Amino acid sequence: MLCLELAWRFVIARKRPMILSLTGIVFGVAFFVVTQAQTSGFEKFFIRTVLGTNGAIRISDQFQDTFGRVEKISKEGSTEFFFHSREDALYREGVKQPELIREALAQFPEVLGASEILEGNGVLDTGSRKKSVEIHGIRWVDHLQTSDLSKQLILGSITDFASDQTGILLGSRLYNRLNMKIGDRIRLMGGTGTLHLRVSGVFETGVSQIDKNRAYLHFDIASSFLGRKGEGSIFQVSLHEPENAPALAVQLQSALNHRVVSWQERERVWLDVFKALRVSSAITVSCILLLSGLGMFNVFAILVIEKTRDIAILRSMGFTPRDVASIFLWQGAIVLSAGIIFGGILAFGATYLISIIPLRIRGIFSTDHFVVNWDLNHYLWGAAIAMLFVSIATWIPARRASRIEPAKIIRETL
Amino acid sequence: MDTSSQDGVLKVENLYYSFSENDLDVQVLSGVSLLAKKGEITSIVGPSGCGKSTLLYLMGLLDHADSGKISMDGQEMQDLNDRKRTVIRNQKIGFVFQFHFLIKELNALENIRLPLLKSGTDRKLADDKALELISELGLEDKWNRPAYKLSGGEQQRVAIARSLVNSPSYLLADEPTGNLDSKNSEMVFDLLLKFAREKGIAVVLVTHNDKLSNLSDQTLRMMDGQILI
Repeated sequence: MLCLELAWRFVIARKRPMILSLTGIVFGVAFFVVTQAQTSGFEKFFIRTVLGTNGAIRISDQFQDTFGRVEKISKEGSTEFFFHSREDALYREGVKQPELIREALAQFPEVLGASEILEGNGVLDTGSRKKSVEIHGIRWVDHLQTSDLSKQLILGSITDFASDQTGILLGSRLYNRLNMKIGDRIRLMGGTGTLHLRVSGVFETGVSQIDKNRAYLHFDIASSFLGRKGEGSIFQVSLHEPENAPALAVQLQSALNHRVVSWQERERVWLDVFKALRVSSAITVSCILLLSGLGMFNVFAILVIEKTRDIAILRSMGFTPRDVASIFLWQGAIVLSAGIIFGGILAFGATYLISIIPLRIRGIFSTDHFVVNWDLNHYLWGAAIAMLFVSIATWIPARRASRIEPAKIIRETL
Repeated sequence: MDTSSQDGVLKVENLYYSFSENDLDVQVLSGVSLLAKKGEITSIVGPSGCGKSTLLYLMGLLDHADSGKISMDGQEMQDLNDRKRTVIRNQKIGFVFQFHFLIKELNALENIRLPLLKSGTDRKLADDKALELISELGLEDKWNRPAYKLSGGEQQRVAIARSLVNSPSYLLADEPTGNLDSKNSEMVFDLLLKFAREKGIAVVLVTHNDKLSNLSDQTLRMMDGQILI
């Protein structure tokens, strides 16, 4: 404690250089947290949108041959070698025997819900406008378990859709293009003929491709319209732990003999973009901490020179080299601790202010303000990086201080 | 060996010390021997560069001799490791230098109590002991004054108090009056004499001041790294 007390006295006696060092750490930690909160905020929001719209796992085409086979045949006609490959596996569009798939999925405790969806195309005709659409036939009770459709409804209601077999839910941009109103009648053409439907609601996922093209119908109506009874559907699956989707997808693919894709595989491109942004911003902001570490190294190197005589006298009165080093390390720890605390407070405030900045984004997700992610890990990482740089910045001068030979210094001072 | 008869005795035998400078070996001490007894002041005088201060630092275990023996209370010091030498410096040796070497961030009391706190003494006890010394040195009204705000004589008295606070057996003073006027010099010397007598401390004093050395119990003259007989 004596070394800590001395360190504290040395720190408060050098307000200007210590405040400069502190400022560097405060801003370094705060910038780190804020940038991570933003990039991971958008990433998490994107993932939430993706999971809420297309589920954690999608089960689609059945494999006719689980593994493709590549063979090399010798001149004599015997097989020299072969290997299995997914590349040549044959697919059959849609799931086969959906009831069995549903029963099988029920055996997996990780599965939260499964929604059978029948996908197809058609043309919506209001009388004055026509627009081709992607039809998604759903069983609404199942689908609500695997998606955020109820939250995504911006007009109309799910009960209205549920109570009307001719109900249709339109994507927001599609709805605007067709210039419709809730309750309006609309014709769906294509498939096996023409259907007369009623607009029950409008949903907005934030994913412009979906909001522009997708329409939800009741499963049986879609099945009859597309002329596909009991086949050609896909399954959208939600999980208790969506992060575990890739491992479960492998298991399901092997167990069900169908193509199973996790959300991580499906959205790999965007996820990689977010990851690259997160890492690059972390590296950039770490440079601020590195610079403050260099500044602090300077301050401490000068401090050791200034305190050479005091170090010698402390050694003469029984302080060990370790005690001397710890006085300087404590000084670093004091500045670091204050930097982390004030940096954390600044980061918290700045993150909040950023979260209320208006920002309209439509495309891969929908938001009207900056999205931030409140995550304690960002603060811990910021603190850890600051700790790394400050430790190096103080350890080197502290080591030098501990190696000072008292007799030499005292002799030179006289 | 009867060590009780050697309590408070600092013995130096045949000490050699050299260092290298520009690839040349400089012999600083060549077979120095001396005996400093408790309650006495031993002065070492001699021209600059004759090795007085070096001898003092070797006796204070701040440096290592090339050969020879240093013993305190009958215990030989030359083979002790750094950790043990550090403990002995804290518990048995007090230093006073020409420049006070006070830590300017601390006040007089805090400077004085440092060796006590280092040795693990309770803070309250350390404060009491430091205040007692402050009082003995006539600095009662200046105990909480920052070290740099004290006059030269006051600073040196604080340095003396710091060197004595741990009740050392040996006080090694390197020209403690070298930076003071004659009045303060005499006062400092009187203090050293008083503490040597009252507390039974063996004081070794390096000085250029003949007047002070003449008042010592023993005066050793050094020349070219040797003590003249």
